[in-house]
Amino acid sequence: MKKSDLINFLKEKALWVRRETLNLYKMSPGFRLASSLSDVEIFVALYYGKILNINPKNPNWQERDRFIISKGHGAISLYSILADLGFFDKKELTKMSQKGSFLGDIPDTRIPGFETINGALGHGLGVACGIALALKKKNLNSKVFVLSGDGELYEGAVWEAVMFASHHKLDNLILIVDNNKISMLDYCKNIIDLEPLEEKFRAFKWKTALVDGHHIEKLRNALKILTGSHDNRPRVLIADTIKGKGVSQLEGDALCHIKSLKENEINKAIKELK
Amino acid sequence: MTSSQPIKTMRDAFIERVCERMKKNNRLFFLADDFGAPSLDKLKKEFGDRFINVGIAEQNLINIATGLALEGYVVYAYAITSFLTMRAYEQIRSNLSISSQIKPVNVNLIGVGAGLSYDMSGPTHHCLEDISIMRLLPNFMVFSPSDWRLAEKFVDYSINTKIPKYCRFDGKPLPALYDGVNDLNIENGFYELLKGEKVCLVSTGFMTHRALAAAKKLGNVGVVDVFMLKPMAEKLLFEILKKYEYIITIEEALINNGGLDSLLSKIVRDRQSNVKVKNLGFNDKHVFDLGDRNHLLELNNLDEESIIKTIKKCQ
Repeated sequence: MKKSDLINFLKEKALWVRRETLNLYKMSPGFRLASSLSDVEIFVALYYGKILNINPKNPNWQERDRFIISKGHGAISLYSILADLGFFDKKELTKMSQKGSFLGDIPDTRIPGFETINGALGHGLGVACGIALALKKKNLNSKVFVLSGDGELYEGAVWEAVMFASHHKLDNLILIVDNNKISMLDYCKNIIDLEPLEEKFRAFKWKTALVDGHHIEKLRNALKILTGSHDNRPRVLIADTIKGKGVSQLEGDALCHIKSLKENEINKAIKELK
Repeated sequence: MTSSQPIKTMRDAFIERVCERMKKNNRLFFLADDFGAPSLDKLKKEFGDRFINVGIAEQNLINIATGLALEGYVVYAYAITSFLTMRAYEQIRSNLSISSQIKPVNVNLIGVGAGLSYDMSGPTHHCLEDISIMRLLPNFMVFSPSDWRLAEKFVDYSINTKIPKYCRFDGKPLPALYDGVNDLNIENGFYELLKGEKVCLVSTGFMTHRALAAAKKLGNVGVVDVFMLKPMAEKLLFEILKKYEYIITIEEALINNGGLDSLLSKIVRDRQSNVKVKNLGFNDKHVFDLGDRNHLLELNNLDEESIIKTIKKCQ
């Protein structure tokens, strides 16, 4: 596939993932919709943009890249992708949150493709550090990707792991911050300002990059560059995103994390998607 | 038990055995949160690539241990009991207790400082809650040895049993109680150290030493050492307990809150037994008093003389 074709394909996939996520919300309106919309391009770039080295038919393949989704509540948009790639049967999507289903409002390790328990925030990076260390010990070239929310960075344990990763030169570790700038009850800058975020990571000896988290081409390029080199430093990609991206009723609302949408509003949002 | 039996800390016996096993088994990792031991210096020297000091960061200790264990390593996470269990309780719950219900996670929490081991350091370093809170966690094993022989023996079991475990070690050197014992089965979780009539002391950890001393002074008093607080072979234990009229549980822990006392009361209650249960332990207060361990035990009716008084009331 030519690069321009690939980018168009990724854009279409992102649109499709948003639509599928909104459809899932109609079935299971308990999950965190706005959080699951800001990271859509991140998931699409990783899974369809040939960044993650994975085998859906063998999710526990020893040489796979590990993807630790620390903001589990905001990963419902990944369900359609995992089903599409064959991690599990697409029929499972139609049963989400119903009796007997393994697809809940917060994903867990029963779902093929999910490596860790993700409901409690601030654990993913530390667990990923342990995995990154293990992969180095096994002499595997696999990488460990972590997706974290920005609000999640308030957890002290994250910074214990940030210090650990650079001290142990975990250059097989790539943290992606879905920097949607809104936590549960307000903009982060009004709660405790996280900025300057990139400088914080630099001060902890991480290799850093900033990117527009909805610009699929730039996002993919940034991930390529960050994963393409080894210089003994863990790396972080701060992806600037919009919480509730693509849904006008959610975008720009400080309380979009906990905002519920009615079925007619979802249908309207699906029509508006572009 | 005699004073001539070898005295040693549980942690040194345990770590020395882990060190031996690390020679042949390259899947063992030892993590510490800036907490040492003489035996650990040797382990660090010999296996520097599989020893990590994570710094004073218990939450990260558990998270790093989880990551290594998810990749198939057997991990020992070593720290002071109160900080290991309580500072990182939510990490332990999510990443070990919950996670291991779906995927095997062989993380062994090695806590040093059970009960009043750190007698002079005050209530932040005392650990009277760990039995209750760690027994509470599904999928966990809780090991509470009374001597270093048991601690040492547990190493091979810990490698082969792929579930998360909590080991609560005493901080002080103690004499061996299990020298010459050949019929010990770790999975039974208890051992009848002394047979008696009418009254049986049921204790765990350090308090088994006090229970034995009291029982020997009086004679004809049974002593059962419960070293596995979860899971518990309840039926087997009851077979021994039902021979007695009185059971006195003795633990260096808060009572009436899910500890050894609750475990024993449940065993007796479930079987509608007539065996009467008395509980010795700490009531609903932290210990600010200063003094050595014996003094603190005296103040809380857990010293040898207080145990003897309680036994006599039953006889």
